[in-house]
Amino acid sequence: MLNYILSRFFSALIVIFGVSCLVFLLIHMVPGDPVELMLGESARPADREALRVALGLDQPVMTQLLHYLTNLVQFDLGESIHQRQPITQLLAERIPATVQLALVSLVVAILIAIPLGAIAAVKRGSHWDQLAMGFSLFGISIPNFWMGPLLILVFSLWLGWFPVSGKEGLSSIVLPALTLGTAMASILARMVRSTLLEVLGEDYIRTARAKGLSEVQVVWRHGLRNAMLPVITLIGLQLGTLLGGAVITETVFSWPGVGQLTIEAIKKRDYPVVQACVLLISLSYVVVNVFTDIVYAAIDPRIRLGDGE
Amino acid sequence: MRCFPFVIAITWALLAVLGPFVLALEPDAIDLKKILFTPDMSSWLGYDDLGRPIWDRLVMGAQTSFIVAMWVTIISVLLGTFIGSVSAYFGGWLDLLVVRIIDVFLAVPGILLAIAFAGIMGPGIENVVIALSVVGWVGYARLSRAQILALKHREHVQAAVSLGTGPFTIIRRHLLPLISAPLIVEATFGIAGVVIAEAGLSFLGLGVQPPEASWGSMIRDGTAYMLIAPHMVIAPGIAMMLAVLSVNLLGDKLRDKFDVRLKQQ
Repeated sequence: MLNYILSRFFSALIVIFGVSCLVFLLIHMVPGDPVELMLGESARPADREALRVALGLDQPVMTQLLHYLTNLVQFDLGESIHQRQPITQLLAERIPATVQLALVSLVVAILIAIPLGAIAAVKRGSHWDQLAMGFSLFGISIPNFWMGPLLILVFSLWLGWFPVSGKEGLSSIVLPALTLGTAMASILARMVRSTLLEVLGEDYIRTARAKGLSEVQVVWRHGLRNAMLPVITLIGLQLGTLLGGAVITETVFSWPGVGQLTIEAIKKRDYPVVQACVLLISLSYVVVNVFTDIVYAAIDPRIRLGDGE
Repeated sequence: MRCFPFVIAITWALLAVLGPFVLALEPDAIDLKKILFTPDMSSWLGYDDLGRPIWDRLVMGAQTSFIVAMWVTIISVLLGTFIGSVSAYFGGWLDLLVVRIIDVFLAVPGILLAIAFAGIMGPGIENVVIALSVVGWVGYARLSRAQILALKHREHVQAAVSLGTGPFTIIRRHLLPLISAPLIVEATFGIAGVVIAEAGLSFLGLGVQPPEASWGSMIRDGTAYMLIAPHMVIAPGIAMMLAVLSVNLLGDKLRDKFDVRLKQQ
């Protein structure tokens, strides 16, 4: 187990290093002079030079990369050009909102996906199955930047149940979480259905039926429980989609999270902040996946021993 | 019902390619008297906040999404397949490097990376294509790599090697034809993904620039007038959903048709 954890950590470290380099390169993708783009054409030459030195852009690329990585290890992400604040502080203000939104969306997704996938699998081929999979296909085909406005139109403007945007009180999280959660639920429901179908074909399910358990007990205690393991890993993998989707959903609902900060920074050409946001979101995705892998391996020994086969 | 995806997808393609030439469209014609008019006889989808006919803009949006989807998918498939198959065929340090690079790209949520790229390179349809291709090649590289790894020890490849055929000829003539089916299926789903991603970038203001129309920017413009003119948000959304849904359904059909594993079950 220790070997597995170590090897998993090691490969995660390589990925984190790679992601950091990729994010570092972002600023060098700017067509033309990034300093001119950030400050505008009317900026004084002295200000430009000051920013160039502050960002380290006057040095060779390799020195810059080394400097960037050294600062990163010390959790120093630099300073926002527009707000003149340390980026770590800006991020710290925004992280709780995004974590809240992601967690509630995850709960929404699970609450929709498991019953939907289970019904579809148990009633395979029936109208219920078609209905559930139809819903899932619609969910995949409706992007969150359309779903969000539609929900606002119906539930905020017409019915007046929830606030249109912002983050005030409990009710303000309902629509963003529903938007983000349904998208994920559509993908999850399909996975729940296919894994449950596989599990329901196993011998121990036949045994459970043979000993006279009710169908609900068979599906709930023997089916879903065993189908949950792969689904948990897939939830971890879907977190990337969730976090990526959060960027757009937060913008739709003016939700004050990291995603909204990213878009604001892009609009203001505050590139160091953009870099930091992309890095933070990607790193949390990597960390969550390492964590899911380890938990999964702890529960199911076949994973950590299976590599040698 | 069974031919629904074909009909929609072909309508989308025809509108995108021929619409601007065949239909007398005036997507940029501003009629100040008709600002935010709901659908009526003269324009069956109504007018937007500048008094422009929404149907005409919808067709231009279809063109934008179609062009971007085609370019991004073609570039991503070619680039991804090349990288994935060469890496799998030669193996060694090259393969190790490619696998690491793929891992890094997979660790960044695709749409986030595309947003960052598009945001940093600046708006415009070319930059959208570049940003989405930079993100898009990874899936095809992973797929073709896995497929080639499984196929490269087959007898017919060994035979070609012993006849002295060069590696690139082997990949092109003896391996790529065998992996084309899964690639086509993946690319079909990829088109749907690109349509959503392009609209997403335009929704954020990082895609095509006004007065060019995109379904995403039409939705964004509409959100400000939702209470009085909901058609501004609903029309482009339905158009996009139909296009994406039809392409996804086509992908499902193709997968059922091609995927040998599914047939055996």
